[in-house]
Amino acid sequence: MRRLEYERIPQAAVLSSALFVSSLISVPVGPSSVHLILNGLMGMVLGWAAVPAIFVELLLQAVFFGFGGLLVLGVNTLNIALPALVCAALFGRRLRQKQIPRPFLLGAAAGGLGVLLTGVLVALSLALSGPAFLPAAKVIPFTYLPLVIGEAVVTGAAVSFVWRVAPELLFVPEEQHG
Amino acid sequence: MSGELLSSSSSAAGWLSDRDPRLRILAALGFALVVVNLHHPPILLLALGGAAALAMAAGIEPRQLARRLLLLEGFMLVLLLFLPFSVPGETLFQLGPFMASQEGMNHALLTLLRANAVVISLLALLGTLEPVVLGHALSRLGVPDKLVHLFLFTVRYIDVVHREYQRLRQAMRARAFVPRSDLHTWRTLGWLTGMLLVRSLERSRRILAAMKCRGFDGRLYLLGRYHWQAMDSYFGVIAASLLLGLLLLEHQS
Repeated sequence: MRRLEYERIPQAAVLSSALFVSSLISVPVGPSSVHLILNGLMGMVLGWAAVPAIFVELLLQAVFFGFGGLLVLGVNTLNIALPALVCAALFGRRLRQKQIPRPFLLGAAAGGLGVLLTGVLVALSLALSGPAFLPAAKVIPFTYLPLVIGEAVVTGAAVSFVWRVAPELLFVPEEQHG
Repeated sequence: MSGELLSSSSSAAGWLSDRDPRLRILAALGFALVVVNLHHPPILLLALGGAAALAMAAGIEPRQLARRLLLLEGFMLVLLLFLPFSVPGETLFQLGPFMASQEGMNHALLTLLRANAVVISLLALLGTLEPVVLGHALSRLGVPDKLVHLFLFTVRYIDVVHREYQRLRQAMRARAFVPRSDLHTWRTLGWLTGMLLVRSLERSRRILAAMKCRGFDGRLYLLGRYHWQAMDSYFGVIAASLLLGLLLLEHQS
């Protein structure tokens, strides 16, 4: 929060609303369809600003679409934002190099990992809230698998597209942080 | 999907929409806190009824409410299917090697009632607010300034970006794009996401430049003043006593 300067708020807001809109796209995977979370992409593009951005996104979804409750907002933010930060830490710097051998793979790794970690964290927070939830908690990571696949490919394509069209988009956070 | 993505669910004027947004936020928070502490189905049903009444008073159409709740039930289903089998207790019925326990059923029922009551009250009390009003009220309640700024800007841009998204989608439709479950679709949607990012970033630069020209120093000055009326205090007291009543009932039974 403190790292987010007033100068960067409009930019972070635009990006988070772009990702908010993207998360409305329903992506067909197999017989069903999923909605993207895009937390890996968010982490890589926004860096630390991803945390408040995700919080705002979830607040909006909770209040206006009725997803999730008010009390689980904190837990949900953590579940989605933590993987975003992990992706930022793991892949962010790689992404900002002048030459990326395979932007697609990098993006796919970040997208897949982000969702996978979220699935694990959701299961973990369920398991922690009571032993009764344990079996459900064990199943949830598997329900995330189709999402992981879809998300990996979509994020990979998005990253390689952005890298080709507007590489400066991926450089911005570094300049501002320094 | 229409252009206005986050428009409030109703514009009907009524005693609820006249209340101070701060009161509504506090009431929603209080309701959620009370409801998670209720452990008896009849009392929870009472709370659920209260939430539904609020939704009616807020002018939300039952059909719209049902559609929104359906999304929640989908998620709840996974949990509820497992709970009866995982909580130890008296056997209610058997399904192959698995036993469903009375306690587990209770637990599942409670969870279902609770989640629904909280979500309905949230939609009724806050979902009918204009997003901008909600942002202002949050800042008056002491939510950090930067978070409120991010909230307000995000709300402002979601519609803009969503319109851009619809334009891109239309262009895709014009080229006979049909989403399927294959690599081509996923890659295309990835490009769509990338394009949205690129365009919105470009746009945000232009907006920031334009705002700087007009003396923007990174802060929005929130001008809306809310008048806390005597009616708001009355309703606050009523809401608080209703919540207390629920807690008392819970305590006695």
